[in-house]
Amino acid sequence: MRLTQGTFSFLPDLSDAQVRAQIEYCLGRGWAVSVEYTDDPHPRNAYWEMYGMPMFDLKDAAGVMAEVDACRKTFPRHYVKVNAFDATAGWESLRLSFIVNRPPVEPHFALEREEGAGRLQRYRLRY
Amino acid sequence: MMSAAANPALDLEQLYRDSNVAGALEALERELIGLVPVKTRVREVAALLVVDKLRRSVGLEAGAPSLHMSFTGNPGTGKTTVALRMAQILHALGYSRKGHLVAVTRDDLVGQYIGHTAPKTKEVLKRAMGGVLFIDEAYYLYRPENERDYGQEAIEILLQVMENQREDLVVILAGYKDRMDRFFSSNPGMASRVAHHIDFPDYDEGELLAIARLMLENMKYRLDAGGEAALREYIALRKTQPHFANARSIRNALDRARLRQAKRLFEQRGTPLTREALMTITAADIRASRVFEDKEKIA
Repeated sequence: MRLTQGTFSFLPDLSDAQVRAQIEYCLGRGWAVSVEYTDDPHPRNAYWEMYGMPMFDLKDAAGVMAEVDACRKTFPRHYVKVNAFDATAGWESLRLSFIVNRPPVEPHFALEREEGAGRLQRYRLRY
Repeated sequence: MMSAAANPALDLEQLYRDSNVAGALEALERELIGLVPVKTRVREVAALLVVDKLRRSVGLEAGAPSLHMSFTGNPGTGKTTVALRMAQILHALGYSRKGHLVAVTRDDLVGQYIGHTAPKTKEVLKRAMGGVLFIDEAYYLYRPENERDYGQEAIEILLQVMENQREDLVVILAGYKDRMDRFFSSNPGMASRVAHHIDFPDYDEGELLAIARLMLENMKYRLDAGGEAALREYIALRKTQPHFANARSIRNALDRARLRQAKRLFEQRGTPLTREALMTITAADIRASRVFEDKEKIA
């Protein structure tokens, strides 16, 4: 099942040229770009592993692309995403986050709500 | 025989004018006094790049030229300034996508403990991508007296990027001539990847005076006749003293002269001041320098 998290996730996978163009856009706005990966794409898994430090003060996407490629090579069967963090006052948050690598076979799962005792809402994974 | 249509005339002049190289070269000519061999070499490199671009436009691919350079010369001879101009020229010709200059020294590249160097060097390289990486006093990266020095690690990472990502990054190594030569002879890998060696000669006294005039002009000051004679004498004296750093010493001398001028004007407050007086540096401002004192002591 195709994971739909982050920007562009309903589109076909971005090509390297498109990823590069997106990163150029982020850097052009002065955002710090970072690369993260995970093998657990559960929607509630908000904390993916960092691949290296976030990259500040970059001028060109080549540096990030090298990092993305290195991450893909190290973890070919993981999800890899690129985050762009906006540090300007008033934002201090992610502006853009998109998946740049998917495992060859994506795990099949869905979330089901179930009601517990009282009004408790639980979520259950369905594979 | 090729027909005229298949072999159209190519307009080198047009390409030269369309790129902003001309502007960058003119700025180099205007803002830098002397340095004839350097300017010649920079113009040669620029010519190579313009022609290469033209060749590429008609399908004569020769691969990205190796643009890594080594600037050697004494302190204050304009290495950083020329590197800055070089970045602009490369940007104007499309060999550097962003045309920014990242200036670093050993401290920015080499870490303090095992495993610290690689991420540090890579971070600097990533920042410099798309522009020019200027490594000042590059020979400090290699310390043969300590075989466990982490500098070697930084050199290896640098070499890898210099070879594999030539289109992303131009590296300029700078430092004293003799030490750079030793650095290259003990790092043949580095020597073979640096195509352009440019040597920066020391300035003579006339050039230093011209530099001083240019600096003052940019700071909206001027010398009166006595001031100019004093400065000429100052330069001749300063050149013979230790720690002389060419244009940098001149800049420092002028900064101190400005200080003395301000002090002199401040002390005679109460009397009306003209715009002219605010701009003028006199002989007294320069002759108060310690350089002249030492001379008297010797005499």
